[in-house]
Amino acid sequence: MNKILAVSGVVIRELYRRKDFYVLFILTVLITLLAGSANFFNDHSIVRYLKEICLMLIWISALVVAITTAARQIPFERENRTIFPLLAKPISRWQVITGKFLGCWLASGAALLVFYIFFAIVSGTREHSFPIGNYFQAFWMHWQMLGIVIALTLLGSVALTTPAANVTIVFIVTLGILFVGPYLHKVAIRMTEPSASLLTGIYFAIPHLEFFDLRGLIIHDWPMVAWLDIGAATLYGWVYSAFFIIAACLVFRRKALN
Amino acid sequence: MNAILRTDNLRVEYRTRELKQGAKLALKGLNLTINAGEVFGFLGPNGAGKTTTMNVLLGYVNPTGGAAYLFDVDVREPIARQRIGYLPELTYYYKFLTAEELLRFYAKIFEIPKAETEKRIDQLLKLVELEHARKRPIRTYSKGMQQRAGLAQALINNPDLLLLDEPTSGLDPLGRMKVREIIQRLKNEGKTVFFSSHELGEVETVCDRVAILHQGELKVEGRVDDLVKQYQCNLEQIFLKVVGYNAQS
Repeated sequence: MNKILAVSGVVIRELYRRKDFYVLFILTVLITLLAGSANFFNDHSIVRYLKEICLMLIWISALVVAITTAARQIPFERENRTIFPLLAKPISRWQVITGKFLGCWLASGAALLVFYIFFAIVSGTREHSFPIGNYFQAFWMHWQMLGIVIALTLLGSVALTTPAANVTIVFIVTLGILFVGPYLHKVAIRMTEPSASLLTGIYFAIPHLEFFDLRGLIIHDWPMVAWLDIGAATLYGWVYSAFFIIAACLVFRRKALN
Repeated sequence: MNAILRTDNLRVEYRTRELKQGAKLALKGLNLTINAGEVFGFLGPNGAGKTTTMNVLLGYVNPTGGAAYLFDVDVREPIARQRIGYLPELTYYYKFLTAEELLRFYAKIFEIPKAETEKRIDQLLKLVELEHARKRPIRTYSKGMQQRAGLAQALINNPDLLLLDEPTSGLDPLGRMKVREIIQRLKNEGKTVFFSSHELGEVETVCDRVAILHQGELKVEGRVDDLVKQYQCNLEQIFLKVVGYNAQS
């Protein structure tokens, strides 16, 4: 475990020494504050739109941070040849992949926490209430979703040769799963065989990232989700993350490095 | 004698992309034994198979046939690399880390206790004369400083076997002298050193034994003194004879 933690520590250091996160955070802050300064028709419900804009920016920024951080790990290790002195130490390739995943996940989680704290401050100052439980659930589920996306990106980064191709593919797949994934089975009903079965199969095989989207909970001040459901969704996320990490380890194990 | 490094009939085949060419044999049944306390020079022209041998020993490439062992452990097991230090030809380190962070990271991989790690970092940074720059990111270092940081990381676990891939390549005379001094010091401490180099004069000075590889085959192996007596010429001339170089008069 120490070796995995050591690798993850380097990933975390890399993230906070790069400027990506700071740029995205400042952009989110600026856009949210600009949107918050507008007042249309003295509409009191405008705070909901503000929360929606802020959360959408957080979702986009978190995906950008998670995918770009995970996508560059293994390709940059190979390109800069830092993988060679690393693997010359008593560390296995699965420990490297697991360490990379853990580092990306923890780093993305820390970045996400900063975003949610900002959101809580903005929302709290407008509504004079801090539903901490709701915020925590939304943050937690969002973080679990990022785990799946990071694991998928790491798998892509060991299978594909260029980080740019990997980033593009993972973005398309993630957005596809988020926006099209929930409706695949409905589309399948209107199709003929074998397309219908194929689409239904895809519907059940893909990780349903929309399960982790609790934005509505804090935008509309809905009551908290049952903790059992949160636990089940967390487990569901971990299973998919583990599946992608194992696949990444198997692919990376067979790669000749020279 | 204790064999620290051993290869048994080691074969490595690379598949080429061209259909007509088929597979390329990079190593054709290499048998090597290196004993404890030896400084062993691994020589050969470019493409002879030196880097491939290093790649197998470090677990980057799996052999197609035969086997390689470090401390009697198959090199495919990560634990085989617990007692080795490796210095690559060029500096390949995380440029956003400082020298002491880099050493701390590698020490964690070797699972060296924290107090011991700090002690070794101090000693090594002093040895490679990087104490003044220990808190600066590696990206701000000169090439020579980066190579010295590389040497420090290769020694962080106090290795019994040091694998050096052309350690003096690209260094100025002072840097070369420093590396040579360190090899000599390690030899005096009873460590085993295995290094590939094109600097034959340097090899002749520091090595106990050498092996010359050509086109994936071991052509010559023996003590430097014995080879010089046997061939009645210096190591450079032996090397040229072995690789079939005929000077045009």
